[in-house]
Amino acid sequence: MSVVPADVLPGGALAGAEAAGGAAELGPRARLWPSLAAVYRAQLSRARVARIPLLFVATFQSIGIMILMRGVVDGGEEARAVVAGSAVLVVAFVALNLLAQYFGQLRGSGGLDHYATLPVPPAAVVLGAAGAYASFTVPGTVVTAVFGCALFGLPVAHLWVLAAVIPLAGAALAGLGAALGLLAPRPELATLLGQLGMSAALLLGVLPADRMPEPVRLARDLLPSTYGVEAFARTFARRPDWAFVLGDLAVCGAVGVVSLAVATWAYRRAAVR
Amino acid sequence: MCAVRGLTKTYPAVRGRRGAPGTPEVRATDDVGLDIRRGEIFGLLGPNGAGKSTLVRQLTGLMRPDAGSVEILGHDIVRHPERAARILAYLGQESTALDELTVSLAAETTGRLRGLDVRRARAERDAVLQELGLTPIAGRPLKKLSGGQRRLACFAAALVGERPLLVLDEPTTGMDPVARRAVWSAVDRRRAERGTTVLLVTHNVIEAETVLDRVAVLDHGRVIACDSPAGLKEKVAGEVRVELVWRETAPLHVPEVAALRDRAAESGRRWTLRLAPEEARAVVATVTGGAAFAALDDFTLATPSLEDVYLALGGAAEQGLVKA
Repeated sequence: MSVVPADVLPGGALAGAEAAGGAAELGPRARLWPSLAAVYRAQLSRARVARIPLLFVATFQSIGIMILMRGVVDGGEEARAVVAGSAVLVVAFVALNLLAQYFGQLRGSGGLDHYATLPVPPAAVVLGAAGAYASFTVPGTVVTAVFGCALFGLPVAHLWVLAAVIPLAGAALAGLGAALGLLAPRPELATLLGQLGMSAALLLGVLPADRMPEPVRLARDLLPSTYGVEAFARTFARRPDWAFVLGDLAVCGAVGVVSLAVATWAYRRAAVR
Repeated sequence: MCAVRGLTKTYPAVRGRRGAPGTPEVRATDDVGLDIRRGEIFGLLGPNGAGKSTLVRQLTGLMRPDAGSVEILGHDIVRHPERAARILAYLGQESTALDELTVSLAAETTGRLRGLDVRRARAERDAVLQELGLTPIAGRPLKKLSGGQRRLACFAAALVGERPLLVLDEPTTGMDPVARRAVWSAVDRRRAERGTTVLLVTHNVIEAETVLDRVAVLDHGRVIACDSPAGLKEKVAGEVRVELVWRETAPLHVPEVAALRDRAAESGRRWTLRLAPEEARAVVATVTGGAAFAALDDFTLATPSLEDVYLALGGAAEQGLVKA
């Protein structure tokens, strides 16, 4: 056990010596980008341990929905909406629902203390986790999109647009998920909100819009995932109107910035009580 | 190096809802004052709910006190809670943030978030894992480890990225003796080489007696005593603890035993008595001879421990401290 008496230690016992020299030097602060990279890497590695089964669930859910809708929808405008909606649903499942659950549990169990006692900028924790969850959605979204194109006979020429849709819709939905998870007073509530958000993305994103009643359509316009769905769906057209695609993506990006900022604020609030 | 003055935190009353009774206002820390010297292992001892964790949360900047001041190495932590993270390393009771990482990545990431660059973080990670004997399990996720190993891995993460103050909340819970020894020798090395100070939260009396330089005893949010373990024990030096364990029930038909009953703390078959040495000798003579002996399963006679100090100081919790 402890064999070193306190008195013999360097500088031991003389509290006054410190006072005379003023405040001690602080340890370094973790800078934003390196710590963001460290959080991102750590979160990505969690996929190997914990998240893989749920990523499969997300993909199978979307593929199942498309197969169901195949019986109802013949093609054209509606088929595009279904494929785009199902692909973005994977993003909603993982980035919104799972991230809300993760932060809800972290906050509920006191796990946030770990980050709060490290000199790391709040934005690094939130953006690192959000980025990792958005990355988790890449394989599922691509598989869903390719499968959907094959199922409904849609062109695959413009699937590259997913490279913009996933990060932007991912930012918007992950920010929303993180904010919900961090603001919910209890973890169960975070889970509930995450599930509800995903259900909304499912119902409002996958079902073709022109069959919806007016109030539902309004709700659809308020949901950030809608703009990701619309942007993606437009690219299936024979001659996509790129201005509209860019407009939709810009809305996603703007919502992403706002929701991530809110999530960062929520983290600060949750970390120090 | 760490001065605490008049620290007070009150949790507001919670109004009862349907089916759940409300709780009254709780004063979790009540005018707490402490002085922790550089290089010492300072302990906070107290039963569950005594306010140890609330106090630590206020010292680490995780919670704002209602009143009072905390100064660590010349920095005002109440006014600048974010500075705490740059002065101290905190090992909390929860590992949820690290559970799904491998031991190696948990240590490395924590180091990077303490401001180390990749090379330094990896070098320190390797050194600490080696020092604590964690290298063989470095590639395994914390979740898959036993409770003690997981605790040791979290301790390793707390050590990566040097800090002059280590705040450890029950660091050795669930650890086997080998792991405990690894923890205390790692702590000792840092004290000897760099004068690292340790604030240790514990309710393990034996550990408190062996590792602490000084200890503050907390009860209901107040510091009821603060001294070295030996100094505290001197306060009850006149007493001896006698523990009697009966086979089935106490032989109350023996008048001497019946007379003792009022003074004993009963817990099942076990009676605990705090007596003057002469009295204790008489009690032992009584129960080891005659009719009472047939009913006796076991007895011990011991010099006072910190637990006895706690009870003698008027610690209100009936069960005393947890003795592991």
